Amino acid sequence: MSSTPEGERFLARRSFIELNARERARALLDPGTFRELAGPFDRLKSPWLPLQGVVAQADDGVVIARGSIDGESAVVASIEGAYQGGSVGEVSGAKLAGALELALRDCERGRAVRPVLLLETGGVRLQEANLGLAAIAEVHAAIVALRRHVPVVAVVAGMVGCFGGMSLAAALCSHLIVTRQARLGMNGPEVIEQEAGLAELDAADRALIWALMGGEQRQATGFADVLVEDDSDAIAAQVRRAFAAPAPAPRSEQVEGLIARLAGIDGERPPEPAALRALWGRGT
Amino acid sequence: MERLTFTYPAREAVARRVHVGVVGSGDLEVLLEPSADSDAHVAVTTSVDGFGTVWKHVLDRFFSRFEGAAAIEINDFGATPGVVLLRLEQAAEALRA
Repeated sequence: MSSTPEGERFLARRSFIELNARERARALLDPGTFRELAGPFDRLKSPWLPLQGVVAQADDGVVIARGSIDGESAVVASIEGAYQGGSVGEVSGAKLAGALELALRDCERGRAVRPVLLLETGGVRLQEANLGLAAIAEVHAAIVALRRHVPVVAVVAGMVGCFGGMSLAAALCSHLIVTRQARLGMNGPEVIEQEAGLAELDAADRALIWALMGGEQRQATGFADVLVEDDSDAIAAQVRRAFAAPAPAPRSEQVEGLIARLAGIDGERPPEPAALRALWGRGT
Repeated sequence: MERLTFTYPAREAVARRVHVGVVGSGDLEVLLEPSADSDAHVAVTTSVDGFGTVWKHVLDRFFSRFEGAAAIEINDFGATPGVVLLRLEQAAEALRA
């Protein structure tokens, strides 16, 4: 056993990544306030997966929990990455969108609700195609409407990461918290390799993948706000800090700055991850 | 995908609901709640066909020690018999906690 301060700190850590979706939601809410809505015993399952020979989970892989954060009313929507890659189907998407829309309605009536999204998802569930995509569009619209009233805070902890339409949801949030284990990108590495070829990206090269789309790189290049250790208490503290601070202008409204960034890139000779960090970085 | 059902005699009532596990690779979820009658009922949905006999053996062993009148739903994604038994024991432990 290590007795160095670093070793002690490592041993004292409570991993967030190792928690399931329900435990993650519980870990972020004030102790004793967790209350689940539309839980597994309500059996809001996917009607589509069994028709295609796939076993459905009783909560369709999304946990909606009410409670409080620093004593303020909160709702946490937590995606279970171990079930169908955290994919968003008709039911799980309706749960996500519904939670945000109800929070919006409360905010419009003067009752502030702090919304937190725990995103561990490959994006739309291919077996439910358009229904999942429609739900993701509703999630996007709800985030944009809600962030005018209250910061919308998202966490991508890993190990699934956040991809596809849900990576857009992460990008729309007021405040994005990531770990080194997180990945954030429109297309996942396997999709890029399959569509663009091995010369474009070797999906088996883990070091390269994390250098390109890992949490550290995303934070260093300004696509995430905070890089945090895989520690439940540290992540919970960052979520609280995000609500305590005034929210900056949403990243997705800084269009001119993002276009200027792209203009500085030569598409014929795309920069290596380290060069991109120098170009777009925050002085790291 | 296959659906299987089993019934076992029970001796005591189950007081509350318990949920454990996840329908992830090599894992399963268990939803345990009070039974509508005085027996225990198990409804299994599994991604792997043709293992009805193995399911019966695993459940026989579990119910040799568990006597609650529970309605148990199992959604399985290829868990091994050992993992199935561990998840059932976890649910029984959560029931006692």
